[in-house]
Formats: sequence, structure tokens, C-alpha cells
Amino acid sequence: MLEKAITGSKKYWAWVGFLMLVIFVGFLFYLRQLSHGLTVTGLSRDVSWGFYIAQFTFLVGVAASAVMVVLPYYLHNFKAFAKIVILGEFFAVGSVIMCMLFVFVDMGQPFRAMNIILHPTPNSLMFWDLFVLSGYLGLNVLISLIVLASERKGIAPPKWIKPFIIVSIPWAVSIHTVTAFLYSGLAARAFWMTAVLAPRFLASAFSSGPALLILLAIIIRRITRFDAGREAIQKLGQIVAYAMCFNVFLILMELFTTLYSDIPEHLHHFEFLFFGLDGNTTLVPWMWTSVVLAIVSIVLLVNPKTRRNENILAFACVTVFVSIWIDKGLGMVVTGFIPSPLGDVPHYWPTWTEFMISMGVYGIGALLITLFYKMTLSVRGQIKSESNTEEFEEVAAEAKPAG
Amino acid sequence: MGIDRRKFLTIAGLTAAAAIGKKTLGDSLTADTRELLPKDESLVGKRWAMIFDIKKCLHKDGCTVCMDACHQIHNVPDFGNKKDEVKWIWKEPFEHALPDNESPYLEEEFKDKPVIVMCNHCDNPPCVRVCPTQATWKREDGIVMMDMHRCIGCRYCVAGCPYGSRSFNWRDPRPFIKNENPEYPTRERGVVEKCDFCAERLAFGLQPRCVEVCPEKALKFGDLEDPESEVRQILHDNFAIRRKPGLGTNPQVYYLV
Repeated sequence: MLEKAITGSKKYWAWVGFLMLVIFVGFLFYLRQLSHGLTVTGLSRDVSWGFYIAQFTFLVGVAASAVMVVLPYYLHNFKAFAKIVILGEFFAVGSVIMCMLFVFVDMGQPFRAMNIILHPTPNSLMFWDLFVLSGYLGLNVLISLIVLASERKGIAPPKWIKPFIIVSIPWAVSIHTVTAFLYSGLAARAFWMTAVLAPRFLASAFSSGPALLILLAIIIRRITRFDAGREAIQKLGQIVAYAMCFNVFLILMELFTTLYSDIPEHLHHFEFLFFGLDGNTTLVPWMWTSVVLAIVSIVLLVNPKTRRNENILAFACVTVFVSIWIDKGLGMVVTGFIPSPLGDVPHYWPTWTEFMISMGVYGIGALLITLFYKMTLSVRGQIKSESNTEEFEEVAAEAKPAG
Repeated sequence: MGIDRRKFLTIAGLTAAAAIGKKTLGDSLTADTRELLPKDESLVGKRWAMIFDIKKCLHKDGCTVCMDACHQIHNVPDFGNKKDEVKWIWKEPFEHALPDNESPYLEEEFKDKPVIVMCNHCDNPPCVRVCPTQATWKREDGIVMMDMHRCIGCRYCVAGCPYGSRSFNWRDPRPFIKNENPEYPTRERGVVEKCDFCAERLAFGLQPRCVEVCPEKALKFGDLEDPESEVRQILHDNFAIRRKPGLGTNPQVYYLV
């Protein structure tokens, strides 16, 4: 089955080659970071977590969002998701691997990473986060490979896999909840210490993840024979609409509590985000962009007329994704440190090294997802390229009974 | 149950053997190995605490004696920039160090006045709670310690500390140590460090370096569990405040105002 990923058209190889190049460049920058230390990043004594940890947080959400196709399909028998459910699971696998890599590149002593396992510490949320992320990775690898193997043989998946699928649903919720607990349990950081953080993480995950899945489904339809189907895409669109509304609602809850209670310790962080503090306006244009995109996305998604138009839906998905990426991938982590507990307003912006290493990690994720999808679509005989007709025929013959 | 003759002889013999053994073992130790054993004169406490007298400190404007002394003996590097900075003890403006205690009227006396800050060696330390490898832990005597060989450099403790007391080695500190003290280890890149209440000096019966060198005697250090201790007496006779006590960390650095 895995061999399906290493045969393909020129375009496929060009894309794989491009990703390999991005990964290679990222790796070179990582070597630079290894030899000089994390001083090559924009991080400092006051802002000690930045772009890496923010990408980790964002991607945990993307990984968790697979549950938005798994749950309707397996619990509610929503048949329209039959074709994309495995894409959602493979997507989760790629995202969890990126999450782990982002934590790894953020470590000051990466060669001591095993200390987390050698000295397990249940009072640290990081221990639990590693536990739930590895569990989620294992579950999704197992489920997607078993289901795909059965599909290849044209038989129904074995019964014993069902409990794993059922467990993977609450498990998806757990990965983003525990990731929120990493932050929301810290008395030191007023910006993060809010009970609404975990629900906010989930709402933003369940909108940004499916939004990305819609975009992928549309792209894949253009370049392969695979069509997720209009019904599936429209249903995902509805999910994105609801989740995005709920996400914005939770942000407004946060704003009310902060603004009305008027506690400076909480207020200063929001001031920094939206208006700038002590002349530090780094994130102001970004945050307002995020706000505008969020509003645009809700208008386009809630209105059935615009949502049903696939081009507008795709545009709305881009606005959702970018809006949430700014909120979580730029604003959320850094703002916990600005202002510092001592009242300083430090500056932070990722350096080129930091950015290129991050691109390298994204490259690894994109490559994995490409290989998984290629494998899946080859098994189903839905690859347009006929460079390998033998394979195509063989696969097509196998895929038919699976329907 | 009485002891019969045989049992008595056995016990007596063993005791004698143990006594002789101890003596010979003690004699055979070289001067070097003896250094490593806990000394009789080591300071033993049940709850170490520091008291800082703000007004005494203000007598000497711009004084940095305690900071310089601490950073010198602990091989704290000086990178000359704020981004990579590592510090164990330093000065913060009053309203930054003690934000819960500022008021427009207090300001006249203390506004922008420097206050010494360091690790509070909290009784309920959030940094210890969050560390995923137990590289930082609280000792029986209350000192919050760091194991720089176990630390993975995740900086969760830095995020968890409400006092900004922890520094990370963003780059190799060794080339930036001006006057290296061979008796204290240097650190490598990628680990977190902070004040350790001079645990290494307490073991030899010495007071923390900052307390020892302060020309104004503005710092006092001692055991709060001992009712006869000077620090207990000072806290009994004076009104002392602590940094962010509302967070429940129970900091053990007290400030006299």
C-alpha cells in the first residue's frame, strides 16, 4: 500500500521535490539554531515562547478537527462523509507530527527530549499533552491504515477497529483541551488564565480545520479524479459556519469579562493586541485584519446563498483560516508575555531563521499529507495521471467493489 | 524478652566493629573527599527565607554590590543585551516589583525607587508544578533548586513564574563569564537557571553571598521555622509585604517598607 506513494506523475514529483527543498532549507536553518542556540530566534528573557509554540497550538486544533468528519460519519452514519473521512484522519496524523516537531524545535536541549518519558511527571500538563498527542497519533495511524487496507481489498473494515474509532472522538477533544490547560492553569499569565480558553480552542479548531479540509477537497478535485461530493463539502461548510460563530461568541465573552471588570492586569494584554502598549504596536494591524476577516467569514458562511456557492464558500474558508491563524498562530501565545509579569512591554517578532525552520516543519507536514493522500487516492484509482497504467488498472479493479 | 549471653556478645561485637570501622574509614579519607561530606557547621534550616529592607537599601543610591557579588560567584554571564540576559538578583522599580502595593501617595516616597528582586523560593512554587522532568524541585528546607543537567529547555517554568525570576540560556554563556569562579559550575546553552539561595554556601555554614556583602545590611536570611531566629524576630516586630501574595504561591522573600 505504501508503495503507491512513490509512483506518480511529473507534477506529483515536482510538488514532492518542492516540499523536499523547503524541508532541506528548514533543516539547514535548524542546524544553525543547533549550533548557536535559540538566540537565533526573536525570543528573549521576557518573551520566552513565540512562533514555534504558537504554530504547535494552532496545529493541535487542526489535528483535533478531524473529529468533525469522523463523528458525523461513524456516530450518525452520515454517508456523504464516507469518501473524506479517511482524508480527515490522515490530515490529523500529519498535523500531530507537525505539533510534535514544533515543540521539538523549541527545546533548548532537544537531545534530552526523552527526559519527559524517563522522568514522567503527572503534575505537569506537558506530560499529559505528550500523552494525549501520542495517543491521538497512534489511534489515527491505526484507524486510517486499517480502513484503507480494507478498502483496498474491497471488504468492510474489521469490527475490532470500531472501538478505536469511537475512542478517537473524545480523544480529539482531549488533545486541544489539554493544550489549552498548558496555558490556562498559569496564574502568572492573566491573558491565558481563563476557563473559556479550552472551549475557544475547540471552537476555533472546529472552524479552521474543516475550512482547510474544504479547500483541500476543492484542490484535490481539480488535480485528481477524486470528488468529495457537493453534499460533503456543503455539510462541512455548515460545520465551519457554526463553529466560527461559536468561536467569535467566546471571544466576545472574553472581551466582556475583561473590559467590564476593568482589571489592569487583564486589560493590558488586550490593549497590546488591539491598540498597542507603550508604543509597541507589533500585532495591531494583524489583529484588526483577523477581526475583519472573521466578520466577513461569518457574513458569507451564515448566509445560505453565499455558502452554497462553492467559489464564495472557498473564499470564506480562506478568511476563516487566516483569521484564526492570526489569532492563534500569532497573537495568542506571545500576548501572554506582553506585558511581562514585571510590567515591561518587550518586543517580539520571529526572525528569518525561526520562520524558515517553521516552514521546514510545515513542509514535513505537507509532504506527509501529500504522501498519505496519494496513497489513498491511488488505492481508490482516482489519480488522473496514467503514467503507470498497470497500477491504475490494478487499483481500479480493486477499488470497485469497495464503492 | 531478655537478652541471652549469645545475643549480648553479638550486639557488643557488632557495635565495637562498627566503631572501629568508622574510625578507620574516617582516617583514611583524604582532605579532598572530606570536603564533600556535610560539615557539622553547615547551616540547617527547615524554612529558609530572605528579608529585604527597602529603606536601608535606598541609603546607597545606585549600589550594585549584592548583584555583582552574586553574579560573580555563580558564573552568571553578561551578554550586554536585554534579549539574552541572564540574572539571578536585580533591581526593579517599586511599582513593578510590588504592583499590589502601589498607591498615589506611596508613590512620592517609592516611585521608581529600585527594589531588589530574586527568586521567591515559593512554598507553593508554580515553576515546580509545571516542570515536565522534575528538573526544578523544592527541597525540604524550602529552597527551589534547579538540575541543569536534566532541564530540557522547554521554558514552561519561565512561563509559569509570576515574578519573572527565571532566565534561559539563549546562547552559550561561557565566553561571557568575566571572572569565572571555579568552585561553582558554569552552565551550557539551552537550560534555565535562577537564584538558589546560595544552597552551595549554606552547606558550608555560610550565609548567602548577597546577605554577606550588603554594605547597608539590608538583607537578612534565616530559618522561619525556628522561633528564636533573627528573621522570625524581624517579621514579628515589623510589617512586611511580599510580591503578589494573592496568587497563593506563598513567596519567602519579605519586604520591609
